[in-house]
Amino acid sequence: MRIDGKGLIDRTRPISFRFDGKSLMGCAGDTLASALMANGVKVVGRSFKYHRPRGILTAGSEEPNAMVEILEDGQQTPNTRATMQELFEGLSAQSQNRWPSLRWDLLSINDYAAPFLSAGFYYKTFMWPRAFWERVYEPMIRRAAGLGSLSGRHDEADYEKAYAFCDLLVIGAGPTGLMAALTAARAGADVILATEDSRLGGRLLSDETQIDNGAGIDWVEQVEAELRSLPNVRIMSRTTVTGAYDHGSFGALERVGLHVPHRPHLPRECFWRIRAAQAILATGALERPIAFPNNDRPGIMLAGAVQTYLNRYGTVPGQRVTLFANNDNARHVARQLMAAGVTVAAILDSRPDASVLEDCPVYLGATVTGTEGRHGLTSIEVAHAGGTLTLQTDCLAVSGGWNPTLHLTCHMNGRPTWREDIAAFVPTPGSVPNLTPAGAANGDFSTWACLIAGRDAAARVLGNLGKTADDTALPQAEDAPYRLTQLWAVDGKARAWLDFANDVTTKDVRLSAQEGFRSVEHMKRYTTQGMAPDQGKNSNIGALAVLADATGRAIPETGTTIYRPPYSPVSIASMGAGARGKGFAPQRFLTSHKASVDRNAPMIEAGMWYRPSYFPKPGETSWQQSCTREVNMVRSTVGVADVSTLGKIDLQGKDAARFLDFVYTNTFSTLPVGRVRYGLMLREDGHVLDDGTTARLAEHHFLMTTTTAAAGLVMRHLEFVHQAFCATWDVRFISVTESWAQFAVAGPKSRALLTSLLDHDPALPFMGMAPVTVQGVQSRLFRISFSGEEGYEIAVPTAYGEALFRDLVARAETLGGGPYGMEALNVLRIEKGFITHAEIHGRTTAFDIGMEKMVSAKKDCIGKAAATRPGMIGPDRQQLVGLKPLTDTQITAGAHLFAPSAKAVRVNDLGYVTSVCHSPTLNSYLGLGFLHNGRARIGEQVRLVDHLRKIDVLCEVRDPVFFDKTGEKLRA
Amino acid sequence: MPELLAKSALGGRTLTVGKTTLAEASLGPLTSIALFPGQGAAVSAALGHPFPAPNTTSGPLIWTGRDQAFLMGQAPDLTGLAATTDQTGAWSALRLTGPDAEAALMRLVPLDLRLASFPPSTSARSGLNHMGLILVREAEGFLVLTFRSMAETAWHELETALQALAARAHL
Repeated sequence: MRIDGKGLIDRTRPISFRFDGKSLMGCAGDTLASALMANGVKVVGRSFKYHRPRGILTAGSEEPNAMVEILEDGQQTPNTRATMQELFEGLSAQSQNRWPSLRWDLLSINDYAAPFLSAGFYYKTFMWPRAFWERVYEPMIRRAAGLGSLSGRHDEADYEKAYAFCDLLVIGAGPTGLMAALTAARAGADVILATEDSRLGGRLLSDETQIDNGAGIDWVEQVEAELRSLPNVRIMSRTTVTGAYDHGSFGALERVGLHVPHRPHLPRECFWRIRAAQAILATGALERPIAFPNNDRPGIMLAGAVQTYLNRYGTVPGQRVTLFANNDNARHVARQLMAAGVTVAAILDSRPDASVLEDCPVYLGATVTGTEGRHGLTSIEVAHAGGTLTLQTDCLAVSGGWNPTLHLTCHMNGRPTWREDIAAFVPTPGSVPNLTPAGAANGDFSTWACLIAGRDAAARVLGNLGKTADDTALPQAEDAPYRLTQLWAVDGKARAWLDFANDVTTKDVRLSAQEGFRSVEHMKRYTTQGMAPDQGKNSNIGALAVLADATGRAIPETGTTIYRPPYSPVSIASMGAGARGKGFAPQRFLTSHKASVDRNAPMIEAGMWYRPSYFPKPGETSWQQSCTREVNMVRSTVGVADVSTLGKIDLQGKDAARFLDFVYTNTFSTLPVGRVRYGLMLREDGHVLDDGTTARLAEHHFLMTTTTAAAGLVMRHLEFVHQAFCATWDVRFISVTESWAQFAVAGPKSRALLTSLLDHDPALPFMGMAPVTVQGVQSRLFRISFSGEEGYEIAVPTAYGEALFRDLVARAETLGGGPYGMEALNVLRIEKGFITHAEIHGRTTAFDIGMEKMVSAKKDCIGKAAATRPGMIGPDRQQLVGLKPLTDTQITAGAHLFAPSAKAVRVNDLGYVTSVCHSPTLNSYLGLGFLHNGRARIGEQVRLVDHLRKIDVLCEVRDPVFFDKTGEKLRA
Repeated sequence: MPELLAKSALGGRTLTVGKTTLAEASLGPLTSIALFPGQGAAVSAALGHPFPAPNTTSGPLIWTGRDQAFLMGQAPDLTGLAATTDQTGAWSALRLTGPDAEAALMRLVPLDLRLASFPPSTSARSGLNHMGLILVREAEGFLVLTFRSMAETAWHELETALQALAARAHL
């Protein structure tokens, strides 16, 4: 029901929206909750476990009941708090956790089974048969208990992540936060003012407080105007600071586009990481309910929330409101309701000594002992100092006092301090370095006290920043004392809810204590209190008080559970903004990318690089066909492949050779200028790190090549070795991977191709290198081979890469050759027994791959000591061998090796297969693998079994080099 | 004889979103200069600019690491004084100028890029989301260097950030 003349909504801008398929009207400035209330909607959700009808409890992000699914095209966002969802034209929401409808929910049968569904019920009941838990009980329970549901589709909406920095982060924009921000901003500090709300003002938007004899909202607007005019202030509304982390880091979630219809490129949410030199916590306080019998009916709300709906949204949840409180605050609410023309049935004050002077009946020493009305409150039972009575009422506004919103002060393991006078926990000073709690968040509840606290906190913080506050005058405001007598729960036969979101009652907490779960942490886990989406914001202190009572301890002695980040739920989508699909990692493109795609080559990911798999020719129908043709082409004419992805590191300095001797197992100081040498690099633990070639360009200048996979790893390793072991050596190195585009030219006609290309052919010997010019461009030519054929690699500055690739391919084609892809490259190297990271996968030693002789005896190197430890060499090691099936059968990488007569079970495992291919050259499948004492078994047979792909085949153990063992071809 | 055609990573692409412009830049030669031990003064003299302190630029020199800077332009002969390495083609250069430049970068770079903290002549080695980055604040905006092979991703990231900022501005 709307109240004329009340509220900060814009009645001239009506907004239509849908709830559970029904079309309704609201106003600009409404939340979904206030609009539903204005439309007389009482039941907005069903409870988690008992499926009880539930109404709106609060007006903030702590709402446990009014959680809905927001529907957009292709998007379904569950557990959205209706109290936070701003209304916009076309908004569509539906209630959740009910079937078939909100009003008639079949699973509300659970409510009648409640005596059996107490805390710990599942643990005790679903014990037998054991196997049923996972397959039957858990799915059943999960289906019955629950929150919203997802669309099942990918979330393809836009999200954003961002960083921000400031001198001072003010968290909260009520009187404390505004005063703090204003004081700091006027003193010239770089201020971020973050508020969860869509507008500034905090409680001043709700409680009609006068400031400087004017409306509080006028003061808010005046301060906001000044803050917006200052260049050193950033106001972040709709931004919840969700976590406090080390070194002044804060996480925050901004609702960027959730309050408007979908727009292209507009992020739904932005996850901020804010780094603040200082922070002021001005998050205010949260009102707490009182647990009394059947206190969860729609229409039973927090008193402060009723006040917010009245003063901010111009709506009330009922026509005959009753207030039930243990403090003075409810009196303000009652007076404002009456002033607005709403009937107040009674004020029920639990204190026997409170004032009775109001324009409505006031009962002292009063408690609510029962309620009626399944889909909306109709009446309540009251016990008071003078007897009992039944009151007809459709709204009960409850106030059990206020809890400072101190959660962030506990995010770095701080524990709050109990203050008996306000019966609440307050922040313990210094809990988060450089974070100053102030105002209601610190236990100061009057507006005047908040204004002072905000100004003083800012002044202190400015001192820490080396700035001084000018004499900002404080506006005048109310300074009413906060008087409260503790009341947590009212006894009665019916259930009294503590945690509305998870359906935890006072009985559950008492049962927990009775069954031995007396620690607050145990009680939490036994009852699930505080584990719902509201994270116990409405129930923690109440549950604690009931537990304290049940265990005969005081509240501070009982302690609290730990508040952890995030303060309110953060969508994973916002934290992973931009990382969906291809956004997960950078894409690295070769200069030849377009030329390969032009030839219809399927591009496959190799690390972050995109490389051509093969180059299909017309008529070829499978990759195998193309691959085989390309292998034959390289073996008979000439092939061209882009090998720019290999890591390239340029090393210079008088100690460069010495450095290489130290990181490689073999010697490079003896390498002549203009020559290339294969090198093996070990980790400190003696296992192979990487292999590659290094060329000596000049006396003190080398060029190292790494594998594609280990390019970054080797660079990091070299940096570590240099900085940690030999920082004073005269050696400098830098990655030049991307400085050069490099192409392999391989095959018997490779020389002919190069002669036609180069301005001058240097006639290199095998493992020689020379600077060359290609059509005037300074380039480098290396005679190295990864195919077993006469092979070269030619490197040009990257800008010329595409042009050279196209030129090389065209020249190859005139010689009967062409480009080849990763598949053919792999076949060529397996035929030749060359290793890749499939073999040097991190668990193999130089001995295992047959290269122990490459570990020089004449010098030390990284990994040498560890490589000779017992167990790192010898017949017990699995050693690299070649494998050839006896019949023409496919073999697979990942298969395991067994003795021909042995059963193919784990204990008989002799090794495994790392690489396989179909070799057109040998017309057979070939494999590389590691076999126990493999080198001694060459010539024997092993059984190759792939349990997953059902392959079982006898293989001959071979030398890993199947093709041209003596290397005649590559030296040709 | 045919000549090899040189191509930049992005073909000179430019994009303006609102009043902010992202454009591929052509920097000319880019040379890494890594000081040999104790040669800082000699190299500074040879280059005519003091060798840049960490996170700064000095004339055409950008600090890029311990005893290392990138020179925009042709390097003189520094034999014996420093290791020089051609980096021209290794980096994709983008210039980002306009009112949203700082905010767009602060979606991707975890550094304090406010003018007071990161004024002109400041440089940093950092990350542009998942990519390695050399960032320079120039008088007019930012110079953004990423690995050439990742130029398309860098472009996409910045374009997305600019579009989101533009959409926010219309709220």
